[in-house]
Formats: sequence, C-alpha cells, structure tokens
Amino acid sequence: MSGTFVGMPAFPVAAREAVGNETLRGNLRHATHTIRDKRARAVAELDDWAALREAGKQIKDHTLRHLDRYLVQVEEAVTAAGGTVHWAADADEANEIVTRLVQETGESEVVKVKSMATQEIGLNEALEARGIHAYETDLAELIVQLGKDRPSHILVPAIHRNRGEIRDIFRSEMSEWGRPAPENLTDTPAELAEAARLHLREKFLRAKVGISGANFVVAETGTLVVVESEGNGRMCLTLPETLISVVGIEKIVPTWQDLEVFLQTLPRSSTAERMNPYTSMWTGTGDGRAGEGDGPRTFHLVLLDNGRTDTLADEVGRQALRCIRCSACLNVCPVYERAGGHAYGSVYPGPIGAILSPQLRGTGSEIDASLPYASSLCGACYEVCPVAIDIPEVLVHLRERVVQGGPAVRQGNRVVLKPARGHAAERAAMRAAQWAFTRPGALRTGQRLASRTRRLHPRTLPGPGRAWSGSRDLPAVPAEPFRDWWQRTRGGKDGAK
Amino acid sequence: MNSRERILGRVRRALADVPDDAGPYEEAVARDYLREHGHRSVPETVDLLAENLADYRALVHRCTDGELPELVARLLSAHGSGSVVVPQGLPTGWLEAVDAALVQDSAASTAPELDRIDSVVTGCAVAVAETGTIVLDGSSDQGRRRITLVPDHHICVVRVPDQVVSSVPEALGRLDPKRPLTWISGPSATSDIELDRVEGVHGPRTLEVVLVDGS
Ligand code: SF4
Repeated sequence: MSGTFVGMPAFPVAAREAVGNETLRGNLRHATHTIRDKRARAVAELDDWAALREAGKQIKDHTLRHLDRYLVQVEEAVTAAGGTVHWAADADEANEIVTRLVQETGESEVVKVKSMATQEIGLNEALEARGIHAYETDLAELIVQLGKDRPSHILVPAIHRNRGEIRDIFRSEMSEWGRPAPENLTDTPAELAEAARLHLREKFLRAKVGISGANFVVAETGTLVVVESEGNGRMCLTLPETLISVVGIEKIVPTWQDLEVFLQTLPRSSTAERMNPYTSMWTGTGDGRAGEGDGPRTFHLVLLDNGRTDTLADEVGRQALRCIRCSACLNVCPVYERAGGHAYGSVYPGPIGAILSPQLRGTGSEIDASLPYASSLCGACYEVCPVAIDIPEVLVHLRERVVQGGPAVRQGNRVVLKPARGHAAERAAMRAAQWAFTRPGALRTGQRLASRTRRLHPRTLPGPGRAWSGSRDLPAVPAEPFRDWWQRTRGGKDGAK
Repeated sequence: MNSRERILGRVRRALADVPDDAGPYEEAVARDYLREHGHRSVPETVDLLAENLADYRALVHRCTDGELPELVARLLSAHGSGSVVVPQGLPTGWLEAVDAALVQDSAASTAPELDRIDSVVTGCAVAVAETGTIVLDGSSDQGRRRITLVPDHHICVVRVPDQVVSSVPEALGRLDPKRPLTWISGPSATSDIELDRVEGVHGPRTLEVVLVDGS
C-alpha cells in the first residue's frame, strides 16, 4: 500500500501531537459523539439488528472463502454487461491502468467520487504526475484537497476542520482550482455548501471522465453500488462519458439479494440514517438492453489487490476484509476521539485502520508496527461493527506478530517476520496509552462499552493469540471492568509486561 | 504471469487452510432477519412512507387520481418554474394543467442544457416506507438518470398503494438489477461541516413527492 503518509511518525508520537491540539480535539469530540448517539437510535429502530449483523458477517465470510470463484464471476458479469475488467496486483499497477485509461480518452481532468481505494493507492498524485487533474467532489474531500490536507475520518474526512477553518480555505484556495468563493462568504454551513455547489457544478457539467470506487459489487449480476449523500456521486456516475471504478477485491457480495442486508446496516451504522439520501446502482453500460443512453458509454472496473490477498492469508486477520467502511468503530473509539485520524498515518484511521493498515502494508515500518497498539482493547469497536469484526482479537494477534515475529505473507510470498527488537513497539505503545487515558471521560466510555459487550467476547483467543492472552495481563476480553484494570495496572506501566 | 492469474493464485494459496464447503450458497447464510419491521395495514404503510419522507425533508403531498394534474401545476407554479423536463413515457394527463414550457427528455440533451431547466416530473419504480425512499429505474415514465439530477426541483409521483413496499428487502425483490437504479431518500444533503445537515449540495434542492391514490 503506497498510501503511507510520507514521513509519518509512529502512532504514539503523532498522537501526542494531536492530543495537544485543542481545536482538533474539540472538533473531533463534537463529531464523534453526535454520530455515535444518532447511530444508536437508528440501530434501535430495527429489532432484528443482531440477525442482520450475523447475516452480514456470514455473507462476507462466505465470499472471502470462495473469493477466487466470485472474482471470476464478477469479471464475467461485468463483461457481459458491456464493461471492461482490469486486474491490479498493487497500487502502482492500478495507477498505471487508470492513467492509461484516462489518457486514452484524450482528457486531462477527471471528477472523482470519494473513494477509499483510490486514496489508498495515491491515485490523485499519480495522475497529477502525468498531467491529469483529479477533482474531488465530495464536500469533505474538497475541503481536504483545497486545504492541501489529509483526510482524518472514513466518512467525514474533514471532521477535524471547523466552519471557520473551512471558510478560510474556500476563500483562499477555490480560485486556484476553478470558480472562486463568493465575495463575503460567511461561515454558515449553508453558505459554505452553496459555495461548493457552484464551484463544483462547472466541473460536473463539463466532465468527460469520472472515477469512483464502489461500496459493493454483486457477483451474479455485475452490479456496482455507490452509497452517498450529496449527489456528487450521482453526478460523477451519470454525466461523464467514461467511468472508471477502482474497487478492492473484498467488496464483492455474491447475490443481488445480499444487498438487502447491507443496505440496512451500512447507512444506519455510518451516517446514522435510515437510508442515505442517494444510492446509485449500475450494471456495466446497460449492454444495449435496459440502460441504453443512460450514463457513461464506457465503463472500466479495476479490481485491486494491493495487500488484500496477503491479509486473506492470515487466519485471524482476514476478518478485517469483511469491513464495509461504515466508520462506526471510529466514532466509538476513545483513542481515535483523542488522537484524531491523522495519527494513524494511513487513509484508514481508527480501530479498523489499526488492524487493516498493518496487514495491507505489513508491519515493517515504525508506524505500522505501532498501530496494533493504538487501542485500549475496550471492545466498543467490536460491539458497533455491523459485520462483527472482532477488532480486539486481531489487534492482539498483530501485537503478537510484531513482538514475537512469525510467518506471514507479503506480496504473495511466505516470509518469516523477525521479532521487533527489544519489544520496542510494545514499549512505545504503552507510552501511547498513557496520554490516551489521562481523562476520566474517555475511561468511562471504555468501561461502559466494555462491560456491555463482555459476554459477547470469546473467553480465550483462538489460534496463536492464546499464548498472548495466557501470558499477559492485557486480555482481549476484559475479565474485569476496563477502569479497574486501568487503575490496577496504571495503563500497562507495570502490568502489561 | 499476468496480474489476473497472479491475484487468483494468491487468493487460492491464501485460502489453503480453509476447509472446502461445497454446499450451495442458499444454505451458507442464515437469513432469519425480518422481511419487514412491525405489522402494518396498507394505509399505515403509506402513512409511514409519508412520515419518513417528510422526516428527511421531502415535501409530501397526497391526492386522488383526478386531482393530480391540478396539484402538479400548482406545485410547479409555486416553485416559479418556467420549464419542466418530461420523461418520454410520463402519462400526458399529469401535465395537462401545466403552464411552464415542457422539454422532452432526450439522449441528445446535454448537461448544460438540463442545467437551465427548472424542474422535472417523474413517476417511480417503487417506494420504501420504512426508510422513506423512492427508487427510480429508468423506465419510460422516469427517464434517464440525469434529468432527476441536474434540475433543482424534482416532483416524483408515487401510485399508492401499488408502488409502496414496507422494507428494503421487499424493494430489492421488485427491482431489476440490469436497469440503472437511483434510490432517493430526501433531497441531497451534506453533514460534512461540523455535522450540521445542509440540504442541496449537488442534487435537486427540493424534492416533492406526490402520493396518488389510484384505487
Ligand atoms: S470495522 Fe466494522 S465498524 Fe469499523 S468501519 Fe469496518 S464495518 Fe464499520
């Protein structure tokens, strides 16, 4: 994964800086608490939530278990519907493919729907290097792009910015990229959104090439699904003549019917709505049957590996590939709330980032080695996860890998990782824990969520994790309330080693 | 070896530990979740649709078949619309009382042309009560996806109770995945600025849904 933020310090260092930034913390606290509370209400409306969650988990597990078969099926279905399928083993190859496809259209600018996959591979930078301007059209991504900033949240990438900062960015930067911000722009959200509407509309109306990701790809029909709110997704998926979608191979679901699970769990888990304002579904180019003359005439699907098959090779860690990127785990995480998304040094922040990034990229760098420690193991992330990814279990598993080394797969090859020298990562992580839990508020959150979920957790860790949970005082399943553990061990200072 | 073979090979090696379960997919997933939430009569389901649409700030109107042309004309003039884009297969009677200029949906019309049109009137494929969602599938009374996207005002006519279902699972069962589908739940909105909801970033800023009692 080439999406490492260049020169990024390890999590503890980056987090310590973030915690010192009062504005950032205020913005984050407001945002995460707002979504968190709303989400709980949206979920409570469905009294079959547990069954939906279990079905989502089973669908994803089944797909991963037969991924080779479903990949081939996707290829066949998309091709039959008039699309073209490309395979990209890593970020460089994906960027090469997309760049070539854009060049073949003769265009030098593209409009983009917010997409984690294209951020992960650093597509915008790769296109820019070849003289192609990529315009982000999601409002938050626009704020990030204009501010020459990095996203800090999966769902609301500019969550770390308040309205005053956004106004300043619009005023000073919009004219560089196109239509300038209106005179006398104030910081009311309505005016800011209107400025973005005007700025982007001129781009939508002339765009010839759109680039997107997808939330789901249905194997049996070749249908792609994009879930969004603003309508920028609809613009990019509808108006251009050519559409290029870069999609991680884990986004497949086997059948059309499977969408009934995820279209219920995803919106409620992410934006805490019954349904997001817009969902677009398209199958190839319509193949001259149903969708003729509606939407792009040329459609390319780029299937992206970039570390996903390495993740699939890990018996404990592969469950991270179930993730549907709802971001619920970020909003409940006491560490994320205080550290902010940038500290994770990856496009995937928060609890899911802490397990996904070190698997996609390997644990070779300091930041990736420290990420499995960016957690209190309080279990809140597991409880909210709509596909029941046991994030604490994977964290503990990855910690063991960092500390003790062992077999892993990198770029398709079996390797044996060396233990981190002198448990450096673990020590660094314990220092990281100190800042995160100096406030009783964060602690109470962790404790309450942990005690509520305790009975849902396995008692001992399966597989190689067992050794860890047996010999360490930092169990994946808190056998005692988190707060008691904290007080007893002072955050691992004398307890965790 | 090309990347296709490389990736498929990696997947197969990665799954070497997984026992083969040759059972059919239908048996692989427990689908004991609900087909709909709660028990409602048909009128209650329509009421719930109206309520959830309104909750997401769509403007909801109800009328009988006979009142529809008057209502559509009134909504357009209240919005100050001088021009309306019309899908090819929209029942002609719906717009018979309208003063505004009617523009037929056509594959040749460009986005900038659509941008100068004030409103669009369409039917729908299905509406979902539990979520307050209307779904368009590009049928001839709904037109191409762009006409409900670029103009700033969308009037969508839903025939009740025929086109109303309770839930997302029921809606998917009625839809054809081969068609280009757009699910709409209230007008375009963003919460990207301090999570304050603002309507109308890029899609139509005003969504009016007319529930027409056809029976
Ligand atoms: S890990 Fe679960 S909760 Fe977190 S983003 Fe993914 S699906 Fe959502």
